[in-house]
Amino acid sequence: MSDAAPAKVERRSLEHAPVRVVSARATLPTRLRNLWSRHELLTSLIFSDIRIKYKNSTLGIFWSMLSPALTLGIYYLVFSVITKNGYPNFALYLFSGLVVWNMFVTAVNMATGVIVDRAALVKKLSFPREILALANVGASVVYFVIQLAVLCLFLVVLGHAPAWGLLWILPISFVALYLLTASVAIVMSAVTVYLRDMRHLMEVLLQLWFWLSPVVYSYQNTISQRLHDHGLTWVYFINPITPIIMTFQRIFYVKTTVISTNVPHPVVHILPTWSASSYASMNLTLLAITVVLFLVALSIFGRLEGNFESEL
Amino acid sequence: MTTVIDVENVSKQFKIHHERSQSLKERLLHPKAGSTELFNALSDISFTVSSDETVGILGHNGSGKSTLLKCICGVLQPTSGQIRVRGNLAALLELGAGFQTELSGRDNVYLYGAMLGLSKRNVDAIFDDIVAFSEIEHFIDTQVKFYSSGMYVRLAFAVAVNVDPDILVVDEVLAVGDERFQAKCVDRIRTFQEEGRSILLVTHQADQVRALCDRAIVLDGGLMIANGPVQDSLRIFREHLLEDAVEHDRASHQAEVAIDSVTTPTGSFDVRSGAGLHFDVNISSHTAYSGNFVMELFTRGGLLVSRSDAQGAPVNLKPGANQVGVDLPQLPLLDGVYDVNVGIVDYHGTVIAWKEQAASIQVTYNGREGGIVELGASIQQR
Repeated sequence: MSDAAPAKVERRSLEHAPVRVVSARATLPTRLRNLWSRHELLTSLIFSDIRIKYKNSTLGIFWSMLSPALTLGIYYLVFSVITKNGYPNFALYLFSGLVVWNMFVTAVNMATGVIVDRAALVKKLSFPREILALANVGASVVYFVIQLAVLCLFLVVLGHAPAWGLLWILPISFVALYLLTASVAIVMSAVTVYLRDMRHLMEVLLQLWFWLSPVVYSYQNTISQRLHDHGLTWVYFINPITPIIMTFQRIFYVKTTVISTNVPHPVVHILPTWSASSYASMNLTLLAITVVLFLVALSIFGRLEGNFESEL
Repeated sequence: MTTVIDVENVSKQFKIHHERSQSLKERLLHPKAGSTELFNALSDISFTVSSDETVGILGHNGSGKSTLLKCICGVLQPTSGQIRVRGNLAALLELGAGFQTELSGRDNVYLYGAMLGLSKRNVDAIFDDIVAFSEIEHFIDTQVKFYSSGMYVRLAFAVAVNVDPDILVVDEVLAVGDERFQAKCVDRIRTFQEEGRSILLVTHQADQVRALCDRAIVLDGGLMIANGPVQDSLRIFREHLLEDAVEHDRASHQAEVAIDSVTTPTGSFDVRSGAGLHFDVNISSHTAYSGNFVMELFTRGGLLVSRSDAQGAPVNLKPGANQVGVDLPQLPLLDGVYDVNVGIVDYHGTVIAWKEQAASIQVTYNGREGGIVELGASIQQR
């Protein structure tokens, strides 16, 4: 139904026109097909979201860099300058993890209220509703790409080469990140319709989630031994964003073992010394899990969307 | 003729919440607080619409007509049953619902087009037509938040009618805009009809249905109570509306007024063009009642020939049988059958009694003029 006839040629040939069925509940393949058929709408929404956000500001999209830059600066100041964790090139370590975290948190924060905020649209126009959440994820992908570009600029300026041999894992890791973010965004956008204070709860939960992920501290150097002693390593790795952050850090920060800048310059195991193949298998496993998560998220959304009309 | 919309046993239930909070605290503390009631917005509706057909959906507020339309458009999923839609459907449920006020008119046209399922290239092709139809060339790059409500609506309508839909769904949006723009919209709908597209028109204005539709469906309380020719459906609609109104008002005034029949002294409603006609309307009333008398004259094609103003014709009914005489000194009408509707309305304009198609006048005409009215034009060369 999405392919509108471009010109008014041969009207009345409707015998072969596609039939759209509206019934109580769409199956998962139908949902996926509907989603794909509206990818043009998704693109449109992503860019209108971005345009609206920076419409009346002179610096425009550069504002999207300001908040991450500030976060980076503060953590650098606190952990490297004030409390002196002694990690060399700490800004780079921070940045590699923050790029991942920012994409996730920006999308989830935006998507949590999106169905409620766009109630007028949801109640009057026909389109797969999860597109609204996916548009937020899409916008955060755009910010992610900008931040990644700045990170690359960082590398060039510092003369710091990434781990070339592991670079091919990056796309796998990114797709897993995208699917994970999209799953959480889609589910939260629907749940908020029923529980409006999910927005506030999410702010708190995301704070907690942030500190459960090794962005500003090193998992290997701080807690891995203790977790291992109690046999709780698996608990830490339930957090699906952790392997993604570690992959990004491994690729952009590169070094697994560094010499501390603090006297007497002890050796610091900042990242796990896993082989390339274990990074690859970790990311592929995660990709498989996030694909399932995404499908589950779509079906949860499908169950919840039936009553949007009476809740909005 | 292809079936473009096939509605099959569609029902829709809504949950109505009474006093239930949507906050997490309330839900946790009082999981069962607030009662929920199921409300049947639509009950087992089935009908089809063919290509080439304009169908009106009539019903008063709360009858389920908007719910039905939303189901057809896919905004809502029915609780049971299914709807099959063949071809492109453009819906005008609420004009400008998809607009982002922060964006310019141009950006909104593209976004709205995407909402309706068009690609950027499709919108490029029709962009100029849209702008021309909406008549806001100068403001197309202005943010929509600075638009007047009229401009807003014109732009939305322009997008919807220019997307080349196979099926156009219109929900009471023709009531917006100034008179000239309304006429333009009606024109566009007529063009669509000529091009053989299907139109689904939802309204509570009987005149619009009479003027535009081939067939009408009447909904009442979620039930389909009529599906047939416009004349028949309108009669059912009016009579139903009336029953409801009487039920509501029975407590306030005991007026139970009914129009029994319309008769002529000769018993015949055949009349020669230009001649006069007198008929009597027999009204029975339980109480004394004073109101206004209304008479409408329609062609079989649904065109209103004349409506005699209620204000000008007060009647004082006494308990029992009453008779109101209607004198038409001359009928300058041409060949054809004309339907007469008569009714009593109160001084606020609420219908108290109504009879649709109370009589049919057969006019015979021997002259050469065509149309409805005999002007008696004489044509001479000077």
